[in-house]
Amino acid sequence: MMKNTKTQHSAGENYNAPDENGHFGPYGGRYVAETLMPLILSVEESWKDAKNDPKFWDEFHALAKDYIGRPSPLYFAEETTKDLGGAKVYFKRDELNHTGAHKINHCIGQVLLAKRMGKKRIIAETGAGQHGVATATVCALFKMPCTVFMGAEDIERQKPNVFRMKLLGAEIVPVTSGSGTLKDAMNEALRHWVAHVDDTFYIIGTVAGPHPYPEMIRDFQSVIGTETKQQLMEKEGRLPDTLVACIGGGSNAMGLFHPFVQDTDVKIIGVEAGGHGVHTNQHAASITGGSSGVLHGMKSYYLQNEDGQIQEAHSISAGLDYPGIGPEHAWLNDIGRADYVSVTDDEALEGFKYLARMEGIIPALEPSHAFAHVMKIAPTLPKDHIIVMNLCGRGDKDIFTVAEKLGVEI
Amino acid sequence: MTRIQNTFETLKSENRKGLVTFIMGGDPDFETSVEILKSLPHAGADLIEIGMPFSDPVADGPVIQNAAIRALENGMTLKKTIEMVRLFREDNTSTPIVLMGYSNPIHAYGEKQFFEDIADAGADGVIIVDTPPEESADLVAHAKDNHIDLVRLATPTTDLDRIGIITNNASGFLYYVSITGITGTASANTEQVSAHIEQLRTKTDLPIAIGFGIKTPQDAKTMGALGDAVVVGSALVNTIKEAPKSEVVETLHKQIVALSNALG
Repeated sequence: MMKNTKTQHSAGENYNAPDENGHFGPYGGRYVAETLMPLILSVEESWKDAKNDPKFWDEFHALAKDYIGRPSPLYFAEETTKDLGGAKVYFKRDELNHTGAHKINHCIGQVLLAKRMGKKRIIAETGAGQHGVATATVCALFKMPCTVFMGAEDIERQKPNVFRMKLLGAEIVPVTSGSGTLKDAMNEALRHWVAHVDDTFYIIGTVAGPHPYPEMIRDFQSVIGTETKQQLMEKEGRLPDTLVACIGGGSNAMGLFHPFVQDTDVKIIGVEAGGHGVHTNQHAASITGGSSGVLHGMKSYYLQNEDGQIQEAHSISAGLDYPGIGPEHAWLNDIGRADYVSVTDDEALEGFKYLARMEGIIPALEPSHAFAHVMKIAPTLPKDHIIVMNLCGRGDKDIFTVAEKLGVEI
Repeated sequence: MTRIQNTFETLKSENRKGLVTFIMGGDPDFETSVEILKSLPHAGADLIEIGMPFSDPVADGPVIQNAAIRALENGMTLKKTIEMVRLFREDNTSTPIVLMGYSNPIHAYGEKQFFEDIADAGADGVIIVDTPPEESADLVAHAKDNHIDLVRLATPTTDLDRIGIITNNASGFLYYVSITGITGTASANTEQVSAHIEQLRTKTDLPIAIGFGIKTPQDAKTMGALGDAVVVGSALVNTIKEAPKSEVVETLHKQIVALSNALG
């Protein structure tokens, strides 16, 4: 079924995915119930219109600057570089954004589109609660009622973020169907959307879902890569050699990678959550440990059994705990433009501790995965090799998980 | 003439509306499910839909979600659902069977293989709820090659432009989803459904089966008057869950007789 179309598509300068139906090679598309199709098509129409409207982007960039705090700094991690003894390591500091992660970038973009479409209320899914908090934040700003679907299990695990969302005025709907985690929250958000097509906009939390979401969210997050390119040009006068980012659904990674996809000399590495190891059945590495399938409106890679039943993901990081991946990553993998590797829970935890001590930065567990890979490759690379890693979230939310893992009571 | 065409022709000549019964394949377990399946035509089912269980059924309400979970926990697979069709055909060659489910298990099985195997087992149609016409080029080809009807869904959100896209390459019948929502939840607004179906009739000659939210004989009668058949799913699946195992076939039989009688 999955034809290898490597020869038909250039991975370099001519990269121009997705096509007009939202296909990245065989991936992506619009796999939704018929009830949603007219709505999905109208989101697409509005998005096409908005993305060609300079006024839309003026409003986006004004809020990005004064509300999110962009551009986020590109920081040369001198201590880490010296200690690892190889490549120069830079961090793109998206953990300094308002709300503490990159999620706010695509929430601002999507709420502006919802407003443009005349929608009256917002729904979202969340796993760790970061996307839920970012969505509740923009809904407070734009005075839109906000309903967040969250797995009952995750509500227990992420109490601080649940409280944050409530403070921001969002209604939290506990999801008990299935396994009560992120994928079930997304199922439930889609079910709710089917029943509220007239007035509701769904703010999706990653580069996933039916077309145009993967493209649209990528384009909002691309502010990360675009800034990086400019900032590194100012500091080093050239492009980076290697980009590294962690991947759950893949929004922060796509944001860093996309502006560099046509720069074929730049090596791109996505780091999936290896949990207890991709050889076990407890991980969240959809590309390195999954196979092609269809879920949540798109064709991509998923964790599944041989009967096509979706399997639970596992990661120490709730934000990476998703059994699928955005379709553009699936395609970048297949055409060989990006490499996908995995890092285990334990390795990520080491990265987390290292960054806190070495740089005075407590990272989220998600980018700790990316950093764990940087720790592996930097020492093997020459001193003039430049790595840029997306430090996409801060670790305040994770201190409880980490304390428990380290056997510390707080 | 296909079994589906034949069924709708017969219904028309008898001036009767059809009863489409939905059960989840393998719910609560394979053996009971086969026994239930074989009993349906005797109770009055004119056409049978068998759900292909999937772990993440985004178009279904809790009743059908839980049926899928029960079936999967008891070891149900797509291969076994196809086997159910084969066992049914051992003693029934007239009642059409439509398999209904989601794209991923079919993708994992292999689309071409799936259509070949279900045709060989004696199925008549397929409904894949999360695959719109825009993503169906391969499915249409495989369905045609194997003389399987690809049944499409129309919904309250379907306008006259879209109905053309939906019915192009559709065959068998048109499944009208009477509510904007998931299975087994709200009840439909009769006037709106009536007006919309009249509109759809100007664009398609396919028989129309109305489903979602039809639970009682009264619902069946009301909706039956608007279409050519009605689909009852969650109400039957709920009986399968609630009735003691030794009585499930008999309880279901009574329920289906009442639904069938309401349709004339």
